Formats: sequence, C-alpha cells, structure tokens
Amino acid sequence: MSNFEHYRDLIFVLTQKEIKVRYKNTVLGYLWSITNPLAFAFVFFIAFKIIMRIQMEDYALFLIAGLFPWQWFANSMNASPMVFLGNASLVKKVNFPRNIIPFTMVLQDMIHFVLSIPVIVLFMFIYHKSPALIWIYGIPLLLCIQFLMTYGLSLIVSSVNLFFRDLERVTSIFMMLLFYFTPIIYPETMIPDKYKHWVYLNPVSALMISWKNLFLNGSLEMSSLLLSLGYSLLALFAGYMVFGRLSRRFAEVL
Amino acid sequence: MKEPVIVLDNVSKSFPVYHHITGGIKNFLFNLPKALNSMRNNRFEALKAISFKVHKGETLGIIGRNGSGKSTILGLIAGVLKPSGGTVIVQGRVAPLLELGAGFHTELTGRENIMLNGVLLGLTRAGVLRKINEIIEFSELGQFIDQPIRVYSSGMLARLGFSVVSSLDPEILLIDEILVVGDINFQKKCIDRMNGFKKRGVTTVFVSHSMADVERTCDRVMWIENHSVKMIGKPDEVIAQYSKATA
Repeated sequence: MSNFEHYRDLIFVLTQKEIKVRYKNTVLGYLWSITNPLAFAFVFFIAFKIIMRIQMEDYALFLIAGLFPWQWFANSMNASPMVFLGNASLVKKVNFPRNIIPFTMVLQDMIHFVLSIPVIVLFMFIYHKSPALIWIYGIPLLLCIQFLMTYGLSLIVSSVNLFFRDLERVTSIFMMLLFYFTPIIYPETMIPDKYKHWVYLNPVSALMISWKNLFLNGSLEMSSLLLSLGYSLLALFAGYMVFGRLSRRFAEVL
Repeated sequence: MKEPVIVLDNVSKSFPVYHHITGGIKNFLFNLPKALNSMRNNRFEALKAISFKVHKGETLGIIGRNGSGKSTILGLIAGVLKPSGGTVIVQGRVAPLLELGAGFHTELTGRENIMLNGVLLGLTRAGVLRKINEIIEFSELGQFIDQPIRVYSSGMLARLGFSVVSSLDPEILLIDEILVVGDINFQKKCIDRMNGFKKRGVTTVFVSHSMADVERTCDRVMWIENHSVKMIGKPDEVIAQYSKATA
C-alpha cells in the first residue's frame, strides 16, 4: 500500500466524518454554518450603519463579503488549540502523520465556507450586483492562499498548545484583536494615512481585502495577491518548522 | 527458534518534566527561573536500559505496577515515542488496540466508524470496504451497526473496536489492558481470535493487570519493576514471583 494512497484516504475519511456530522441534519447543519457570520453582520450593520451612520453604500453586502472568509479563518484558528489535545488517545498510540488532523480541520472549515458562498451571491442580487467571470479562477486562488496560511498557523498553535495548555485563551484574545486590526468591517481607505502602512504588517489584511474586492468589484489586485501568498508561504514554513520540532514529543507530553 | 521481530536493545527513555509548562504560559512566566532550571535538570526516567526480544508469532505479556513503564514500552514499539538511548527495531505492520471509543465519533453509525477507524489504523478505504462484512459479522452488533454509536453500551463499543483491529491483518498487535470489557462470550471470542492470530504467526504484546488473561494467552511474560526488567520467562514462574512480591 502506497503512502500517498493512505494519506489521501485519511484526509478523505476524516473530512467526510466532520462534514457528515455537521450536515446529518441537513437544514440545521447548513444554518449553523451561516448563522454566525450573518449575526455578526447584523450587529455591525446596526452599530455602524444605523447608529454611527458610516458613509458607505451597500454596507451590508460589504460586511458579508468580509465576514464569511474571516469566519473560516477564525473558526479554524479557534479550534486549533484543541485538535491534538482532543485526539490524545490517537496521538499517543497510533503512528500516523499527525499533521493530517489540523489539515482536515482547516479543509473542513474551508468546505463550510465554500458552501456559504451562495449566501453572498444572494445578497449581491439583493443589491443588484452579479457574480463576475473572474471568480472562476479568483475564488480557487484565494481559497488556496487562505488554506495554506490557516493550515500553517494552525500547525503552530495546535503543536504549541500541547506544551502550553493555556495558549487557547491567548489565541482567542489574539483573534479578537486581529479581527479589529483587519479591514473587515471598515474599508482600508478609511484608515488614516499615517497608520495605513501598518495594516499590511497584519498577515491577513491583504487576503481579506482581496476577498472583498473579488466579491464586490470582481477584481483581483496583483500586489495584494502576492503579499498574501508571501505571508501564507511564510506561515506554512513556520508551521512545518514548529510541528517538525515538536511532533516527536507529542506522545511524551500527552 | 524463529527470528525476532521486535528487538529492544539497552533502551532507555526519559523525558523532561513537563508540568511546569503544561500549567500554562502564565505559570511558566511567573516561575521562569524555577521552570527553566527544572526543565534542564529534571528528567523523568520512564525506562532504564531495557533489553528484550519478541520472536515472530510469540505472545509476550507485560506485567507490573502502575507507572512502572509498561505503556511506554508499547509506545516505543508503536513508534509514537523515540528512545532516548539504545535501539528499537520493529519489523512488520503494527496495529495498536485503542482504548474504548478512541478514534470513533459518537454521532456516526457503527458502519461509518469502522471506515474511520480502519483508515486511521492504516488500511485504505478500499481495504476496509473489502472487509466490512466480516468486521460487522464478528462484532455481533446486528441492527445496531447502522445506529449512531452514542447509543452503544461500553461492551458494544469494545466489540466494535476489537472487531476492526482484529481484521486489520496485523503482523504485530499491541494490546493495552482492554479485554476486560464485553460479556463472557465475546471475551472468549476475542481470546479465540487471538489464538487464531498466533497460529497465523502474528506477534502480540499484551499489557495487562489480569494475571488470568496473561497466563491464558502469553508464551512469555516480562515483569517491569521500577522502570527496568525485573524478570522475564515462563508465565507461571513470573506470575508466581510477581504475585508473591505484590501480596
């Protein structure tokens, strides 16, 4: 039996497991995937459009186009600390490629995101916009970039959390900060000039901006694309370094 | 005598005492000097200079008090732990028998869990599909096989787990204190299946606190005391000595 075949089947059954569990009760499962970002969008819409009266057209659509991809990233990152810890008995006893566990976790969140794209399209129709042809390669491209970045960061968080068990709390605080420092609920054009360059130090900024431009304007900007690709490769590299160092010790610490 | 398939030669295993860091970052930072010092100097010795061989088709029992290092030996053989010193040589496909419900998902049916567990333990999907009827039949779960396993009793879970592992066609089987669950009939079936393995030349390493099970199934028994081998030999002799020491 080849290694590749086994890898492929492992990823397949583990992902299928999560998808099956989530959608066993089809309608409810789907609702859970989209309720969270929709509720967020609703809250921000009330706060910023109705109360603070932000000067932006189609603000609801703008929120949804940013919050859905963010939700994928946030779900994966917030689940990361527990992925190895939650599978302790497997990690302790079975000698299989452990990076498969965070890999399938991120993959499964990606699938939930892809399945929620029709909701974005629905909102586009409400605002008299329509999907662009560029989506055909734009979406897969951004999916790949975000997958690599999320997977890389998830490897770090999940591995380190086995040693420092309170990393989970740090992660959730960090994710909250990251959310407000990323142009998701506000456009990057509103950031004052003197802070503007800082936003690109944030590894997910360029990516989230790309998603929004792709959904709202049907455009892909090369510079944002390359910047996010750069960050995602960096995250992947760092992820493998940390995982490679620590994975030998997983069974000792569990 | 047949060739050895598991060889542990002068193997020791120690690891840093992790409790300073698993207490969390906050704890670690507030006790930084102490924590660093302890990590550098304090190592827990789980095994000291262990040597033994297991031959093809043999069933080796490992007995000893809690915390003496029995499970660490299984970890080394399974390859999830790396030795700190000495060499571990294992030839053949290793299948560990997992504890109750590990690698199962409670919302999935028995059938879906067989697929999940089989692939986790090293089969391909096609491989599991070829064997699934045999596995279901052996598990004696009947109608329950298409129910989510959250409705299973612990005995039924154990049956499902053992059925998957025993169909893996393993060359080396690792069992860590597991046969105690299930009713008498199924226990007997498990012992039969293990004897069947033995006939086919499957090597088994069996950790247990049940002296009756060890005596019934093992060809040789190793007694681990204080992280090293205290005695290794015929089941009745080793068990007699062990019982005398612990009584």
